[in-house]
Amino acid sequence: MSINYIPRRFTVVRDKELCINCGCCVRQCSNECHYFADDGKTALVNSNACVACHRCVDMCPTGALRIEKYVCDYRENANWTPQYQQEICRQAATGGVLLSGMGTPKPYPIYWDKILLNASQVTNPSIDPLREPMEIRTILGRKPEKITVEKKGKSTVDMPPQVILETPIMFSAMSFGSISLNAQKSLAMAAKNLGTLFNTGEGGLHPDLRDYTDCAIVQVASGRFGVHKDYLQNSRFIEIKIGQGAKPGIGGHLPGEKVNVEVSNARMIPEGSDAISPAPHHDIYSIEDLRQLIWSLKQATHNEKPVSVKIAAVHNVAAIASGCARAGADIIAIDGFRGGTGAAPTRIRDNVGIPIELALAAADQRLRDEGIRSSISLVAAGSFRCSADIVKAIALGADACYCASAPLIAMGCHMCQTCNTGKCNWGIATQRPELVKRLNPDIMHERVENLINAWNHEIKEIMGGMGINSVDSLRGNRLMLRGIGLTEKELEILGIKHAGE
Amino acid sequence: MKKVYAKEELCLNCRLCEVYCKTAHSQSKDIIKANKFESPEPVSRVTVCGDKMLSAAVNCRHCDSPKCVEACITGAMQKDKKTGIVWVDEDKCIGCMTCLAVCPFGCIKTGKFAVKCDLCRTEDEPACVKNCPNRALVYADLGGGE
Amino acid sequence: MLKEGQIRIPSGCAIAAIIDRKGGMINGSEIIKSIALMHDRSNGLGGGFAAYGIYPEHKDDYAFHIFYENSEAHKACEDFLFRHFNIDAAERIPTRKVDSIENGPDIWRYFGRVNRVRMNNSRLDEGEYVVQCVTKVNSAFDGAYIFSSGKNMGCFKAVGYPEDVGEFYMLDKYDAYLWTAHGRFPTNTPGWWGGAHPFNILDWSIVHNGEISSYDTNRRYIEQFGYKCTMQTDTEVITYLFDHLIRHHGLPLNVAADVLTAPEWDEIDRMDKGKKEYFTNLRAIYSGALVNGPFSVILGSNKGLLAVNDRLKLRSLTAATKGSRAYFASEESAIRIICPDPEKVWSVSGADPVFIPLELDGKGED
Repeated sequence: MSINYIPRRFTVVRDKELCINCGCCVRQCSNECHYFADDGKTALVNSNACVACHRCVDMCPTGALRIEKYVCDYRENANWTPQYQQEICRQAATGGVLLSGMGTPKPYPIYWDKILLNASQVTNPSIDPLREPMEIRTILGRKPEKITVEKKGKSTVDMPPQVILETPIMFSAMSFGSISLNAQKSLAMAAKNLGTLFNTGEGGLHPDLRDYTDCAIVQVASGRFGVHKDYLQNSRFIEIKIGQGAKPGIGGHLPGEKVNVEVSNARMIPEGSDAISPAPHHDIYSIEDLRQLIWSLKQATHNEKPVSVKIAAVHNVAAIASGCARAGADIIAIDGFRGGTGAAPTRIRDNVGIPIELALAAADQRLRDEGIRSSISLVAAGSFRCSADIVKAIALGADACYCASAPLIAMGCHMCQTCNTGKCNWGIATQRPELVKRLNPDIMHERVENLINAWNHEIKEIMGGMGINSVDSLRGNRLMLRGIGLTEKELEILGIKHAGE
Repeated sequence: MKKVYAKEELCLNCRLCEVYCKTAHSQSKDIIKANKFESPEPVSRVTVCGDKMLSAAVNCRHCDSPKCVEACITGAMQKDKKTGIVWVDEDKCIGCMTCLAVCPFGCIKTGKFAVKCDLCRTEDEPACVKNCPNRALVYADLGGGE
Repeated sequence: MLKEGQIRIPSGCAIAAIIDRKGGMINGSEIIKSIALMHDRSNGLGGGFAAYGIYPEHKDDYAFHIFYENSEAHKACEDFLFRHFNIDAAERIPTRKVDSIENGPDIWRYFGRVNRVRMNNSRLDEGEYVVQCVTKVNSAFDGAYIFSSGKNMGCFKAVGYPEDVGEFYMLDKYDAYLWTAHGRFPTNTPGWWGGAHPFNILDWSIVHNGEISSYDTNRRYIEQFGYKCTMQTDTEVITYLFDHLIRHHGLPLNVAADVLTAPEWDEIDRMDKGKKEYFTNLRAIYSGALVNGPFSVILGSNKGLLAVNDRLKLRSLTAATKGSRAYFASEESAIRIICPDPEKVWSVSGADPVFIPLELDGKGED
């Protein structure tokens, strides 16, 4: 037996005064950290496998548990931090690529936290959202350059297919396989009730969700899992996934632990095998190939559905966005480097890509410089933690925002970042039936709806404070933003002034 | 009449229903005292049967024609004419446990007296339903004799 | 201190307009009297007028009104103008000395037609050619600013109270069938005559009271189509939006007004199918042109006058008619002082624009 070389990460601390030995924690922890002593009555704990998911903490009826970071000091070393040392030990043990779940936790600058919002005073009144209609309806899709009318009140223009959302927030791609059917169902139900859309990700649309096809965005990713005519028809719009913010340059990754019989059927791959999508689409090696795919998808769906292209935010994202628009994409989704994932190589997640704030600002400005911004819709993704982040994104130029981690947190996710193990105690990132049933869609869709409704109200309050009563007038309105603590270059790229100017 | 129904597809085997039932039927009504300090130890009326793969909370069905009431030799076990709740009059119960033997659901427990679910003696949701974290217990009138 | 264009200066104001739809002449003293009544709405830091039909002897020529701050700018601009246009007349705009109006630039006007050779070489149509020439002068020639460039019309503006500006430009000597006027209350001292209203491009002139909170959205939308918002004013961007919708997209004036002041979704959802489709398409295609924030705007052109209020009606605008004349002002009293007994008086309602077409030579325009 070889030793571990690295200390555990967390300690589960049980307050003996409060513990009633009910054993709930013993039965709930999928990492088997809690167990009973031989008397069958006293609960004990082995913290080695604890991932700090807080399932036991939240379920404990007396609040007797807490999780502590296990502090085992190394000699101070600003360069060889304990983190880097431990990752080396793990790789020495396994010989494998380090895998992680969720978005990068590294302390890169968060531009949302360095951007401030305006409010109207004196020369322009703020608008009261409780007394005046405050509009957040958003229409995505390709727009013609101008309207043609017979006269006032009679439009004769041929409009390409449009998608009307009652909120600028949509649910980002999370495949069946990376998350459980119950989790996806909760998102689908919430999307339907909120008047927005959810995204099936690469995993296909499960037959149980057939009532929600009008709210579904279906993805055509590099693995082309489940892509056939019916799949495309059962959607509100189609998204070609070129890249993902958490792992630009590589394809999707579903570890074998999460490929059970249902996932195997949905994706048409053997049970238990890793589902690794190829890095590029093997029929898209250049921009004209993308154009060809976009047109084929439109033909296959009789031009009734918009086609979106999702790209990761990388260094020349502005040029790529422009290329996609000219290749026929009706909607372009840009996913920033902080985006979440079910499983990604740690090094790629933490080092590749750029922040959505900069990518969005650059892409929006480039499209305007070329005079084509108004013809397509731009969707931003890559970590929106609150409604203020969304307001800032829209002001930078986004038509809509994709959220994924936030609704997951509403459903119980505690960001333990071990999605790839398939042992999610909250029933989200797992296929194990005993864990999946912990997520009751009847409860969870309500929580997700509560979250988005709350954010919608906050967005309206902020807009009212700015003297705007329609999200159309917030979109691209960079004068409503000011930077604080940003360099000249950062202000230039974001296209905003500094606070005080 | 409204009764508690268990949905096995939603049951997590957490057994919090047992904990809260026990507390609701304790002297102190306090979760710590009830579970650690009371003597005799309070008893949960509901029992979760099964394991993490399949489990359900088994409880008194407050049957329309209760076998336990039929079997009770002292008349302690009775069905309330107004509410329909099947309950034990402890003044009359002699602890013979005949009721326990005849109950087809095995939901009567031993003690000084027969111990069984009394729907928390309230029109509101019983403690088990209120505290189930996954809505696996439903308090509703779904018809049927049991 | 940064001047208008380098920095955005919010302000409040007064506006007024008189139009005779049959083309009857109205003397400048009337509009001056109207705007003078609203003296307290301005703070003396800007005033201006637009007048239509004032140059009948040059009615087919473009009338350029230009500010020059120094002689180098004067020379450079004239060189440019004489190359790109066939100029028939050039003179200083006659002015009177008014104590409160001082430190102004040199003010000239030129009448001329486009140089067809250059225009054909540029492969632009006439309107686009003129707009691009004016934009070139205003952005590239420091110290020269063309503030009026329409046919048979002119803008007159300065830093000062509007009634003093009217006196300065001797507007009592002009007769026009359409007058608009503006008095400004900016929130700091721009000290620059070009910043006053009306804003003009071709024969559109706009006077505007309000501050639009959608300014940057509108600016970034319109700048996709070759416009440059050098003034950073709401008036400029609104003018460009109208110009783009009407001249480039060929939309009728009332449809263009619908773009800027589209009704709310609750209202649209309750409309019948045809109108619902019309407004939904309008809002989807022109979401960047929707104007939010309080405004009352009077758009003047050789086709007539358009008066618009914002969707929430957050600025005052009163209208009145008598015979062939229509009057508009930020306050009813400013109308009654020149027309004490109008036939009809009403408050222009939010998102319900009023269009008064000019019926010159008996021809009407919708």
